[in-house]
Amino acid sequence: MRKLVFSLVLILVTARVAAFEIEDHSTFGPKQAQEVLRILSTTDTAIFAPMIQSYLANNPDTFIDYTVASSTDVMGAVLQQSQPFDLVISSAMDLQTKLANDGYVQKHVSGVTGALPVWAKWNDMVFAFTQEPAAIVISEAAFQGLDMPRSREDLITAMRRNPERFRGRVGTYDVRQSGLGYLFATQESRVSETYWRLTEVMGSLGARLYCCSSQMIDDVASGELAVAYNVLGSYAFQRSDLDGIRIVLPSDFTTVMLRSVVVPKTAPSPELAGRFADHMLEQAHSNSGNFDIRRWLGPSDGAALSRINLGPGLLVYLDALKRRAFQKEWTNAILQ
Amino acid sequence: MTQPVLSGSIQRRLLILLFCASALLAVLLYFVVQSVARQVAQQSQDNILAASALSVIDSARSVDGEVIVDLPYSALSMLDSVTDERVFYVVRFGEDVLTGYAELPRPPLSKARQTAYMSADFLGEEVRIASVSRSFSADLGRDRLEVSVAQTLSGQRQTLARSSRLALGVGAGFFALAAVLAWLTARATIRPLDRLAASVSRRGPTDLRPVTAAVPQEMAPLVTSLNGFMSRLEASLNRSEDFIAEAAHRVRTPLAVVRTKAEIIQRHIRKPENKAAMREMIGAIDESSRTAGQLLDHAMVSFRLDSLAQEKVDLASLVNDMVERLRPVAEIAEIDLVIVCSDPATIQGDGILLQNALRNLLDNAIKYSPADTRVEIRLTKGDTGISLQVCDEGRGFPKAGDADLAERFTRGDNVHGIVGSGLGLTIARDVATAHGGRLILENNAGGGACASLFFPSS
Ligand SMILES: Nc1ncnc2c1ncn2[C@@H]1O[C@H](COP(=O)(O)OP(=O)(O)OP(=O)(O)O)[C@@H](O)[C@H]1O
Ligand SMILES: [Mg+2]
Repeated sequence: MRKLVFSLVLILVTARVAAFEIEDHSTFGPKQAQEVLRILSTTDTAIFAPMIQSYLANNPDTFIDYTVASSTDVMGAVLQQSQPFDLVISSAMDLQTKLANDGYVQKHVSGVTGALPVWAKWNDMVFAFTQEPAAIVISEAAFQGLDMPRSREDLITAMRRNPERFRGRVGTYDVRQSGLGYLFATQESRVSETYWRLTEVMGSLGARLYCCSSQMIDDVASGELAVAYNVLGSYAFQRSDLDGIRIVLPSDFTTVMLRSVVVPKTAPSPELAGRFADHMLEQAHSNSGNFDIRRWLGPSDGAALSRINLGPGLLVYLDALKRRAFQKEWTNAILQ
Repeated sequence: MTQPVLSGSIQRRLLILLFCASALLAVLLYFVVQSVARQVAQQSQDNILAASALSVIDSARSVDGEVIVDLPYSALSMLDSVTDERVFYVVRFGEDVLTGYAELPRPPLSKARQTAYMSADFLGEEVRIASVSRSFSADLGRDRLEVSVAQTLSGQRQTLARSSRLALGVGAGFFALAAVLAWLTARATIRPLDRLAASVSRRGPTDLRPVTAAVPQEMAPLVTSLNGFMSRLEASLNRSEDFIAEAAHRVRTPLAVVRTKAEIIQRHIRKPENKAAMREMIGAIDESSRTAGQLLDHAMVSFRLDSLAQEKVDLASLVNDMVERLRPVAEIAEIDLVIVCSDPATIQGDGILLQNALRNLLDNAIKYSPADTRVEIRLTKGDTGISLQVCDEGRGFPKAGDADLAERFTRGDNVHGIVGSGLGLTIARDVATAHGGRLILENNAGGGACASLFFPSS
């Protein structure tokens, strides 16, 4: 039985030896600058660059090194503690919380963090600077003649009534591959039973499984998919280049993920890291400009929002046994 | 009066003692409240941790002979509900770690004790750990399933900081209250002493009655010895008075007998030189008798002056009484006593002494005046004070304003064989001085002496 037991520790050990794969690397500001800030992030450079530039506008004498990697690699790099990063930005709020909980993150307290709403920080270690909804992305062409679904219930009804239209044209995250997909799935299953019914319906229609939101969006836009479920809304809203897609935030409840920033214990210049983090949080929570924390929530902002809580609850689904049990149940539902 | 030698103050000593005691109690109270609060905080944290661990262990089930633990979401999220806490857990089956943090310290569990707690350092922070266990059967057989859940202490610290502030408040409040009570107590304790002191010092100089007011038990010895002391003093004073009266009587009576005998003998003596000798002898006896009388009077006056009575004396009636009393003597000498003026006047003092002073002045006036003359007595009350004047038409003082005449045993050179001891004016002056006044000796422009007691209005 022992060999069947995956302890989280073992996973972390594997993560530790895994290679650290850099997806993108760029630098900002003068090379000879007095201060150097190294950021490790899961956020694409293009999206985050304006934030860096707004900081440099006020602090020109700073050199910023920006590295992009996958969320697992980002976590691995922090656990390894050999890479001297000052700030770690990640969309995997469960992994960020885990890092903080397990003592890899230092506390940061300032006037800015003091003013944050309670949900946007945990233990003065993890700070949220975006709110990104899990959306349903719909191909308008595929839904011709049907009512646009507003909620999960609507979507279930539409798929049940028109199985031929949707067979093989439904996409969602593969929760065994994608950390974000797993986070959305676990939190939704916790909030509502509808999730399982929807998953079973999608499974019965031969749902296609994806690793990433952008691919799902592309496939909906190309007409290959009629509907993609639990797509990261922030990505979808940014694809203004695509026509014929509709982004729906379910009205029964919209799961909202928080992108967060932490200062690792090994940060070479934690003070600078703190200042940059304050800048980010100020930009995000001042309700103005490009980084307004509510920009992707749309008019549905309010009762239907189901914000994922930062906190040790997130550790529950990182538990190896729990993860194995959940993935088994999910696989049974989706692969029929 | 000599000032008492001071050594500390009972009230201050009592206050300091009570203050120290209250401070000690306040500090004690602070620690007690804090330790109780610490225990309560610890207990409630332990309860939550145990509940969390129990919910984990309740989720365990055996599937295909394997132990499956389906960690409930609330098991960890409930530990973070009020304050942000780092949370750790581990599930063990026998010695195997099923899931969680394998290095988490293990509180000592036994068959008898299904729940155990401990504090330890884990991953750089102090944590509180709760463990629960129960026996569980899986394919490997029966073994103990043990769940430990740990939590950092920021919430507990917050509670403790709050209760510590409360404890500080309670302690300070208690001290303030106790200090006020201590002050009141000290004052109340001292009050009977103050009261006794006040009642004793309020007494008149001759009031030597024992203290009869109720006093606390602790002061009884003091009051007893005070009463004893006063009764001894009273007895001794009474003895002195008795002695003076007795002595006067004892000296005067035999002298009177001797004088009578001498007079009888003188009547039978024929020889002129013997007759003269006998007269001298009678004169000497008179002188002795007078001196003895005056000495005793003077002693009595000095004695009463030591503790001057403070009664209200009506001078007009005093003058009237004294004049009436001396009138027979004056008539023998064919001298007319006339009260020329008697303003209503009172004075605070000893009536017997004032009588004595006036009697000596009148005595002088009668003694040093020839027959068929007047002695005028004036009691006047003016803006400056009260004047009691006795004027005669006799020979006058040898030298006007001679204050020496008031010295003891001093007699003028104008006495021409008139019997006297030289103490009369001394008594008058002493009495005047004791009443805040003075004795004035003058001669009348038309002849005769004028002696007055003058009491300035204060
Ligand atoms: N009214 C008076 N007229 C004249 N001389 C007086 C008169 N009164 C007192 N003196 C003088 O003052 C002196 C002192 O008077 P004082 O009364 O003290 O003594 P005393 O009369 O001689 O004796 P005693 O003690 O018996 O009265 C007297 O000896 C006398 O010389
Ligand atoms: Mg005289």
